[in-house]
Amino acid sequence: MLKLLRIELFKIFKRPRTYIAFGAIAAIVILIQVALKYDGKSYVDLLLNNLSDSFELSDEYKNKLLNGYLICFVILNTLLIQMPLLVALIAGDSIAGEANMGTLRLSMSRPVSRTQYMTVKFLASVIYTLALLVWMAMLALFGSMLIFGTNDMVVFRSDGIEQMRHFDVLWRYFAAFGYAAVALTTVAALAFLLSVFAENSIGPIIATMSIVIVFTILSEMNIPLYDNTIKPYLFTSHMVAWKGFFYVKADAMGTTINGSIENLPAILKSLSILFIYIIIFFGTALCVFRKKDILT
Amino acid sequence: MGDVIKVSNLTKNFGKIKAVTELSFNVRQGQVYGFLGQNGAGKSTTMRMLLTLIRPDSGDIEIFGQNLNRHRKSILRNTGAIIEKPDLYKYLSGIENLRLFATMSGARVSEKKLMEQLEQVGLAERAHSKVKTYSQGMKQRLGIATALVHDPDLVILDEPTNGLDPQGIADIRKLILHLGREKNKTLLISSHLLSEVEQVADAMLIIDKGKKLVEGKVEDLFDPSETILELRIEEGLTGLEKIKNSSLDAMIQESRNNSIFLKVHQKDVKEILETVLKMDIGLISFNTKHSLEDYFLKLTSGYSYAETSSNRTF
Repeated sequence: MLKLLRIELFKIFKRPRTYIAFGAIAAIVILIQVALKYDGKSYVDLLLNNLSDSFELSDEYKNKLLNGYLICFVILNTLLIQMPLLVALIAGDSIAGEANMGTLRLSMSRPVSRTQYMTVKFLASVIYTLALLVWMAMLALFGSMLIFGTNDMVVFRSDGIEQMRHFDVLWRYFAAFGYAAVALTTVAALAFLLSVFAENSIGPIIATMSIVIVFTILSEMNIPLYDNTIKPYLFTSHMVAWKGFFYVKADAMGTTINGSIENLPAILKSLSILFIYIIIFFGTALCVFRKKDILT
Repeated sequence: MGDVIKVSNLTKNFGKIKAVTELSFNVRQGQVYGFLGQNGAGKSTTMRMLLTLIRPDSGDIEIFGQNLNRHRKSILRNTGAIIEKPDLYKYLSGIENLRLFATMSGARVSEKKLMEQLEQVGLAERAHSKVKTYSQGMKQRLGIATALVHDPDLVILDEPTNGLDPQGIADIRKLILHLGREKNKTLLISSHLLSEVEQVADAMLIIDKGKKLVEGKVEDLFDPSETILELRIEEGLTGLEKIKNSSLDAMIQESRNNSIFLKVHQKDVKEILETVLKMDIGLISFNTKHSLEDYFLKLTSGYSYAETSSNRTF
């Protein structure tokens, strides 16, 4: 199994197209960092604009806000919307691409069980997703920490701001990246499932993105009828729950409680739903592939 | 020597299309077994079923005396195959492809052995070039190397000379004979060209529309003493009439485009030609052809050699 996994990873990382995603992430992160380095104050003013009636903040405080932690949060908000496409590029290609190249029949006439083959393929897609996130974490989190330094972190919400002490932030990012890994694995599992039905990778990639876009729109729409009927069951409704790690509890005096999370059960519930989706997508892909006639 | 492949009543339908129907055949150990049929006759479907790529609707397959479904892994570990054109990873080099498929076959093959394999198919010099830079013939040869890299006892090759130039075809023929005669491998080779199979096969099976037509040893299937004699005569003369009115009438198979085709015994050719020359029928040229091809064409397409010869080069 490990040998097969090594082969799959070798194939993924030998393909030039694999590095498009890494390049895209680097380009976006660096562009945001450069923009905020030279015009960060305007950005902070823009963020504070809506809150200016209720908050009076000094310039010194505003400068403190623009630190590596906030920059990383901004980047995550932007990038995690685009990441499903980058993940679908590889996961959607994993079976359909082999079918298209004609290498699927060559691989499946080797002494490798279909279950093994699928498991290894999926694991390779997950590892690729993790590699993308690690790359993103290195650039967006550690890169921003190096460029902008660290300080207390403020997260802007529609109904106010969340404030965290500088020593209480890093673990939240690790948790958020971990959560994002599960969320993106769900997208990978969907692309993987669609990949089993197709004989070229364009179809599954477009289909995955279409589903993610439609589901995201439904998740974001304020239609009361859907609030309790459809939205709770859409995986896209739960993909953004990583932000919950940056929503903190406050004591009776309104002071932030260090190490707290406002609604951990909600995050865990969302996490469980994503895991159920992964199991359903992968399980279905496995069942279909085990019975599939390889005609390509 | 026992049977390496034992196929019983194999049937596969794709919707309403009957791809393979009640097909049974045995391949003995060390045999080079030709699997013949026109395009779409069901050869590739059968071979895919032998490699578990396609599930049969019914029937049994035993390879190395074991049921294929129950012992898939151990059987495939000892089987090498290429089905249709050998598509490989174009962004990897030849040796990387070879190493990858050796590992997937569960074999530990040293770099030296890999290079030897590539040398055997004439690709040693291009071992480190990306496959996307290979010609069709080179890809075909690399495909054969991937089928042989783990030194299997059974080799299944589907149309192995497709896309090859005459030299490439000759090289593959040599390789097949080497594997069969010297290395005692069992080979199942499909083709839609009889001429390809008859030169290497010990036994053959001819199928059409998924059904078995004939099976057996090459020498048992066809009478090697028989041949088709083509007589090409001048236009407008009464050559055909003269032959019809002679003792040769019973031998006439077809007459077409100023050619008369006689089915004769090899030993009688000289005598018949002498007779024909004496008859003064305006003979321009003559040619002989093995009756095997005529037999194959008749079996698989309903047309004889004579009916298709207008497009052939003798």
